[in-house]
Amino acid sequence: MQKIIKIIISFIFLFVISIFYISLTRDTNYNTSSLINKETPEFKIISFNDSNYYTRDDIKNNYTLINFWASWCAPCRIEHPILMKLSQTKNLVILGINFKDKEPQAKTFLSELGNPYDLLAKDKNGKHSVKFGIYGIPESILINKELMIIQKFVGPLSDDDYNNIIKIIE
Amino acid sequence: MKLNLLLLLFIFFSKFSFAAENTVDPNLIHKNLRCLVCQGQSISDSNSDFAQTIKLVVKDLIDEGKSEDEIYEFMSDKYGDWIVFKPQFNTQNSLLWILPYIALIFGGFFIFSFLKKRQ
Amino acid sequence: MLSNLGNILLFLNVILSLSIIYTANRNLKISGGIDKNIFQLSLIQSTSIIICFFVLVAAFIVSDFSLIAVYQNSHSLKPLFYKIAGTWGNHEGSLLLWAIILAIFSFLFLVYNKDHPKKFRLLTLIIQNILILGFLFFILFNSNPFSKISPIPSEGLGLNPILQDPALAIHPPLLYVGFVGASIYFSAAIASLISNYSERSFSLSIKNWVLISWCFQTLGILVGSIWAYYELGWGGFWFWDPVENASLLPWFAMTALFHSLIVFEKRNLFYFWVIILCLITFTLSVTGTFLVRSGILNSVHTFASDPTRGIYILIFLSLMIFGSIFLLFQKYKKENYDLNRNSKETFILVNNWFMMFYLITVLLGTIYPIFTDALTDNKISVGPPFYNAIIFPVVVVFLLFMALGPKTKWIKNKFENIRIYFLILAGATSLNLAIIFFFKSYSLLSNFIIISALFLIISSLMDIAKAFKKNKIDFARIISHTSFGFLVLFIGLNSIFSLEKDYNIKLGETKKFENYSIQLKNLDLKNYKNYQAIIGKLEIKNLNSNQINILNPEIRIYNKPKTLTYEAAIKTSLIKDYYLTMSNIDRSDYYNIKFQKKPLMAWIWISVIMIVVGGLIRLFSNAKNN
Repeated sequence: MQKIIKIIISFIFLFVISIFYISLTRDTNYNTSSLINKETPEFKIISFNDSNYYTRDDIKNNYTLINFWASWCAPCRIEHPILMKLSQTKNLVILGINFKDKEPQAKTFLSELGNPYDLLAKDKNGKHSVKFGIYGIPESILINKELMIIQKFVGPLSDDDYNNIIKIIE
Repeated sequence: MKLNLLLLLFIFFSKFSFAAENTVDPNLIHKNLRCLVCQGQSISDSNSDFAQTIKLVVKDLIDEGKSEDEIYEFMSDKYGDWIVFKPQFNTQNSLLWILPYIALIFGGFFIFSFLKKRQ
Repeated sequence: MLSNLGNILLFLNVILSLSIIYTANRNLKISGGIDKNIFQLSLIQSTSIIICFFVLVAAFIVSDFSLIAVYQNSHSLKPLFYKIAGTWGNHEGSLLLWAIILAIFSFLFLVYNKDHPKKFRLLTLIIQNILILGFLFFILFNSNPFSKISPIPSEGLGLNPILQDPALAIHPPLLYVGFVGASIYFSAAIASLISNYSERSFSLSIKNWVLISWCFQTLGILVGSIWAYYELGWGGFWFWDPVENASLLPWFAMTALFHSLIVFEKRNLFYFWVIILCLITFTLSVTGTFLVRSGILNSVHTFASDPTRGIYILIFLSLMIFGSIFLLFQKYKKENYDLNRNSKETFILVNNWFMMFYLITVLLGTIYPIFTDALTDNKISVGPPFYNAIIFPVVVVFLLFMALGPKTKWIKNKFENIRIYFLILAGATSLNLAIIFFFKSYSLLSNFIIISALFLIISSLMDIAKAFKKNKIDFARIISHTSFGFLVLFIGLNSIFSLEKDYNIKLGETKKFENYSIQLKNLDLKNYKNYQAIIGKLEIKNLNSNQINILNPEIRIYNKPKTLTYEAAIKTSLIKDYYLTMSNIDRSDYYNIKFQKKPLMAWIWISVIMIVVGGLIRLFSNAKNN
């Protein structure tokens, strides 16, 4: 009996220490991946020029990249050329969501750097961003034809991300 | 002394029977949600863009009549379990919730075994 | 130059530790007293490590940026006080402080325990020096505060401004004396196991050390919470953050230890339990250090962290744990007790029972996320709601036991009425649980906590009255226990009657709530030496009494390094604190203000201080009796 207890105790400590060891080598940065492989949430979001609403129906039948951006966000400028490149590709719709921004500034931003967005909407108070699990911009979400979320990009899109997206949609 | 205690008990209970309303307190919810972009702060403690947005959404959800737990569930659906400070009671977290009490019972049993069986 | 001097001193210390181990080991085999050389070596060791530390202090004072540690954590414009405090405000410097405490405690323990067996004293010294060596190697090979940088930068990076604070300057040394001090009874416990020194007198060799470390640990935790209260700007004082938990874990173990030491001293019971507690305390200190410094936990209190450090501490920790377990398994003999259920022994055991429960709960809550992440890839947060839900219901029962325990006598209590107390207790507990179950209300729970706290306070006060008649008062115990009751009472009242309001407000705007009105009267921009500040002038008016308070919260923009901090404005009085923070909202001309009324805050601090006072009284009376 005593022997069993001794073995159990030793094993508990061994287990704890090995978990500690494993954790040391893990990436501690948090990314919200809980939405990946889930269906795109229902949404109804007003277009940038207030003319109409966009819903899930507008992004059916095609790959869609939803991109949250703002003119006050410095990293958004960095990723912009990649968005421009992506806008050249076929069978990808880019839905831009202008996040907590002022309209004139947003317009200047697009006229300066170009407009890569097939659809452009705005999220004035940021509420829509929560539906998509956004916690800081820029963030982008790649959605397939069946409206499944297949990838999430936190932070500015990189060249690797570009290649990745191209590979997926082809 | 016993009388005092009884009196106190009475005062507290009477205070409670009146205050038993069933409203959801947004402040409480803010306190129990983690601000993901801040170092260890809660939504309530932070003033970042993210925290402000979450506060707005929490308010909407309360207006829609969602309960406290439903709001936590919504948030962990969108952002993962990391955002909620109160871990859900599920299989993965069952040890976390149960083990302390097992330890408590086990400890009590242990002490009891040291006591004289008969006085 | 300072760097070379520091390194030489560190090497000297390695050599000193090795020679102490060598001489002590040789001395073990010969009969007679302890070799005089050992005392001298130990004294030289303490002195040289202190000098080594002062070399580092000097480097910070003269801003010698050729040292990486100085370059990263200091700035030539920083006030002198914070230059000095910067020495231990960083990882490398704080390890040097650890080494100092290890060495000084080692020396003092050797000097002050003349009445104990030679073998025990020498073995303690050897074990302690092995620990010192471990830390010296860590310092030298991984975290050397004297590492050089080239080319030499002309200016330092500065110190995080929220760390430039008097409370935070004294917080680490206090805490380190607490949990590094625990090393000496870790060593003594191992030595006692090896040398089979399990007599009652063993307790005399360590009990004052336990008390000293406990007092410092308590003060350290207090200063840390006071700092968090006024600096972090959330108005809370305890967040169940991993770093805070790391300081609380050894505290539980220490508290359990010095209670069961009383039983061991008086009745010669629980020897192995005392040993286990000694081992656990320091093991938890090192575990806490591992969790905090390796960066595997996300915390409010940022400590620059890196994984290689983690691996080193983890190896150190595993050696400690498996060494102790192995030794304990070798030496463990089953002890049979036959305690009377109304005796003091039993109640002290009950104290230990609850302390272990708190310890396990907090430990589990702290490390559980690491496990879920490593095993299931799912990150969870364990925050205040978990601890509140698990711990507080149990605190109620704990306080009741705490009220009853000291009334009992050793071995067998004649006071038969205790059964009635137990009945009341059982009734209260089941009622308590029933109500929690039916009402699902936490504030109801705080009411119970208040009731039980009052129960403890009243019965402690009655004890005083009784003891006065017999002219035999144990001040230390009564003060600490009563203050603990008050602490819980004040925390309970504070949480029930706190008021918190959050507004977005423009210049000139007024907001009204309950019987208060709050107005943002003015905003002022001021330039200081190392920061700019936006100072708000807010008028808080109590509409019932027409009493007006002006509060001036600040938003500070520091230059080096560029950081934004929010300074809370706090108006403290004996009854309540007004607490106000102001922060800017990006891209708008509104300011977010958070107003809090926090009753009895000052009394929470005072209660903790009184708990420590009790500990100090015990320490002095022990010293007088010896």
